[in-house]
Amino acid sequence: MAKIIYIEHNGKEHIVEVQNGLTVMEGAVQNDIPGIDADCGGSMSCATCHVYVKEDWYDKLPKKEMGEDDMLDQAYEPNSNSRLSCQISVSDDLDGLTVHMPEKQV
Amino acid sequence: MIKTDVVIVGAGPTGLFCAHQLGIIGLKCEIVDNLDKIGGQCIELYPDKPIYDIPAVPECTGEELTNNLIEQIKPFKFNFHLNDRVQELTSKNEDWIVKTTNGKEFHTPNVVIAGGVGSFEPRKFPTKSAEKFDGTSVLYSIKDKTIFKDKSVAIFGGGDSALDWAIELSKNSKVSLIHRRDEFRGAPASIQKIKDLSKKNIINLFTKYSIKDVMGNGSLKEVEIKSESGESKILKADYVLGFFGLIMQLGPIAEWGLNLDKKVIPVNTENFETNKKGIFAIGDICTYPGKLKLILSGFHEGALAARGCFKYARPDEKYRFEFTTASNTIKDRLGVK
Repeated sequence: MAKIIYIEHNGKEHIVEVQNGLTVMEGAVQNDIPGIDADCGGSMSCATCHVYVKEDWYDKLPKKEMGEDDMLDQAYEPNSNSRLSCQISVSDDLDGLTVHMPEKQV
Repeated sequence: MIKTDVVIVGAGPTGLFCAHQLGIIGLKCEIVDNLDKIGGQCIELYPDKPIYDIPAVPECTGEELTNNLIEQIKPFKFNFHLNDRVQELTSKNEDWIVKTTNGKEFHTPNVVIAGGVGSFEPRKFPTKSAEKFDGTSVLYSIKDKTIFKDKSVAIFGGGDSALDWAIELSKNSKVSLIHRRDEFRGAPASIQKIKDLSKKNIINLFTKYSIKDVMGNGSLKEVEIKSESGESKILKADYVLGFFGLIMQLGPIAEWGLNLDKKVIPVNTENFETNKKGIFAIGDICTYPGKLKLILSGFHEGALAARGCFKYARPDEKYRFEFTTASNTIKDRLGVK
């Protein structure tokens, strides 16, 4: 279990407990947090669960697998802090992880 | 004007199998899809990815599944209207009138929405100023490459479309290729070619840059690009092309009064009809208690929706349930003995 902090583009904060093994994307969708669309359902086939992770946490996350950066090329305003939240698996180590949502996903 | 029993919106697996079921029970249908090919997400998003949960098919790719579904409905000779999108839905007497972006008009008692998460459309530049040049000098696809002859063209993107067009247009135009990172996701041969052309100064390559602004009065003159550290450059550009893949947009369906709840349409589970008589929704786009977004659920929903269509298409006939193994009528429809 980890506490994940989702911050919408307008600054609104959502703090939820997410079970280990779920992804950061699923944590948002299951808790009705707006700002993450996840159109493809987590198969790394779209780029609508895009989030920004600031450096302090970015470096602690498991590295991107092949294909994630390719998908991020197709996201809305990606930058070097970008991740697909469907590819971040929650574990105790991620307690306190903060992700920022882009202005929009599509 | 085309008169038919059912218009299916969306040519993904769910729409295709629903068409099969309509054919089996003797109804006609027309299938509309915004993509230029049949198959929906299976063909656009994951043609090569294996699927493991199609009943009785241990493993198949999105492309194989699509090809088999196309094969399965071949006997019915249904029409596909690709590269077209349903735009408008109005009712007239007992019929629905469906109009498409390309100006087609269908009259039908039934519409089956099998639209998945929406229609695929190119992702556009986030830059507000790009909107006023949209379709004239800011483009997301190329119909006629001759317009770029002797012009300055700025191409954004890192996949095959961006690379292939950069290579092709560099023969007759001054091409700049701009991508947000150093790695490209295109074919290795294309990436090598881009690097060679860049070395020879035939293509101006800018990596770790993205679009900031487009400028021009009336016609486009320049594009401003920025690096993540905030450094910006201004490039001469008569045309700006963006190749960022496709996104899914629900589009006009959202305006049809179907009580949408977070981009999905509530239906009953008896025949998957919506709150409007003769409008059905199946597959990923529909919702009901216990809904699973699986292809197999879409097949089930399509089979029941097809029966739901029957009563409006053939109000004077009684629907008779038959098995494909036993019914001569069905075998005739399939053209088998």
